[in-house]
Amino acid sequence: MIYAEILAGGKGTRMGNINMPKQFITLGEIPILIHTIEKFLLNSKFEKIIVVSPKEWINYSKDIIKRYIGVDERIVVVEGGKDRNESIMSGINYIESTFGLNDDDIIVTHDSVRPFLTHRIIEENIENALKHGAVDTAIEAVDTIIQSIDSGEFIDNIPVRDTMYQGQTPQSFNIKILKKYYEELNEQEKAILTDACKIFALKGEKVKIVKGELFNIKITTPYDLKVAKAILGENVK
Amino acid sequence: MINQIYRLVSPRQFEVTYERQGLQSGLVVVRPEYLSICAADQRYYTGTRGKEALSKKLPMALIHEGIGSVVYDPNDNFKPGDQVVMIPNTPTEKDDFVAENYLRSSKFRSSGYDGFMQDYVFLDSNRIVLLSEQLKPHVTAFLELVTISVHAITRFDRLAHKRRNVFGVWGDGNLGYITSLLLKNLYPESKVCVFGKTEYKLNHFSFVDEVYQIDNIPETLKIDHAFECVGGKGSQYAINQIIDYINPEGSISILGVSEDLVELNTRMILEKGITVIGSSRSGREDFVKAVNVLTKYESIQEYLETLVGSVHEVKSIQDIIDTFEADLTSSWGKTVMHWKI
Repeated sequence: MIYAEILAGGKGTRMGNINMPKQFITLGEIPILIHTIEKFLLNSKFEKIIVVSPKEWINYSKDIIKRYIGVDERIVVVEGGKDRNESIMSGINYIESTFGLNDDDIIVTHDSVRPFLTHRIIEENIENALKHGAVDTAIEAVDTIIQSIDSGEFIDNIPVRDTMYQGQTPQSFNIKILKKYYEELNEQEKAILTDACKIFALKGEKVKIVKGELFNIKITTPYDLKVAKAILGENVK
Repeated sequence: MINQIYRLVSPRQFEVTYERQGLQSGLVVVRPEYLSICAADQRYYTGTRGKEALSKKLPMALIHEGIGSVVYDPNDNFKPGDQVVMIPNTPTEKDDFVAENYLRSSKFRSSGYDGFMQDYVFLDSNRIVLLSEQLKPHVTAFLELVTISVHAITRFDRLAHKRRNVFGVWGDGNLGYITSLLLKNLYPESKVCVFGKTEYKLNHFSFVDEVYQIDNIPETLKIDHAFECVGGKGSQYAINQIIDYINPEGSISILGVSEDLVELNTRMILEKGITVIGSSRSGREDFVKAVNVLTKYESIQEYLETLVGSVHEVKSIQDIIDTFEADLTSSWGKTVMHWKI
């Protein structure tokens, strides 16, 4: 079966002085989270769309889903974990305890604050996760990436730009393999992993890249929100 | 949700724009799958529509011929996955005498109103018609063009006298092909003659009774009713030629669009008592009829399949441009986009 998991576990510390997580901020009068859920709702391949939320925001998430989307059995809200990967695992635990896990089950995970994703990106994630087991969505790096190990004091490395890509989401996985690899990591390894695809990369597994879009931005700062509002407001009709 | 709309902003330049569209609007949401390029789209793409029209109508999503699958229907009339053809004409009122495609208040997609080049298209449920499974998507992609002929033939049937021994179809392009194909099937007892300029195009019309080069028509040839499918500057020459060859009290259905005013031999229109029937676009009834005709006559679908010049997979704006350019250099048939953007 094919599942979607929308990661809305963040509390939005980078958005400045606001009193709710960034996924609930409105964009075009609708909460960003709702825009994102709706894009997944339009794909009938998903058995369930699991929204992972901080515990204290679960009721709020359910309320706004009901208000803007209505009752849809495909959407469930579950409590997230302490970090990104733990949140992904919360969704997987829900799937396992509710439906059990099959060898070919896949999960398409997506940042709740990337509402601009397209039908193609979702479709190609599904197609390639079924085929390759692990998928990342990325765009070619526009800026030169420099590496600095001492927190931005001095450059350690300047990788060749042509080989650099910027990761977006969705990231999609074969659920059983992801779970197995994650459970094999020790606590220290888990702590430094900010990205689920890296779990596969660490195991030497191939991760297929799906082409993202420049506009598939992540709205995490006031600047991002301004950009998002500007591109939505540019309509002439 | 935020919908991506791929609009033409100026000749040969597309841009993605974003529009907020709620699922609670009561509209059916369709994912476009196969889209077909029409000459009218090309007039916008190449900028030949004229500066005034372009500045008035752009930016605008092109394409008004296309099919897709239903992804969401708030009223549950359709289920997800249903293959449907999308109707570009969008009426805003109902009239007991005037058909929806002639109401001046109707909107038409890719003519001042966004066409089908979108991530998802939101339509009223009466703007889609279910396709039967036996119909091939790269053929139904241009079903809208078939409905143009269906509509014109329906009007002809209602308005013209009942002697239908010989039909003449002027025009050796896509519309001429479809119109003569439908006439041959819907009036099997009648003779269908096609008149065109280009020999290799006329060679495609294997199913008609006669084909003629327009500069080599026998003097004695007479037709009862004619369909003009030429358009552009050629319309004038075609319609006047029809007037010469048509029997008295015959009808001339005009389907070809011309940007210029056309001079006609009105003296002979009067003397012969000719009925001139204007025909433009189509409405829901024509789509239903077209689906039924294609489902009923398997051979029509097979012949239409030979009209498919090429099918291009489209995943980016560059693919859209490449497909429009490829269509410009194609001399015969329809260019279809497999919409995977």
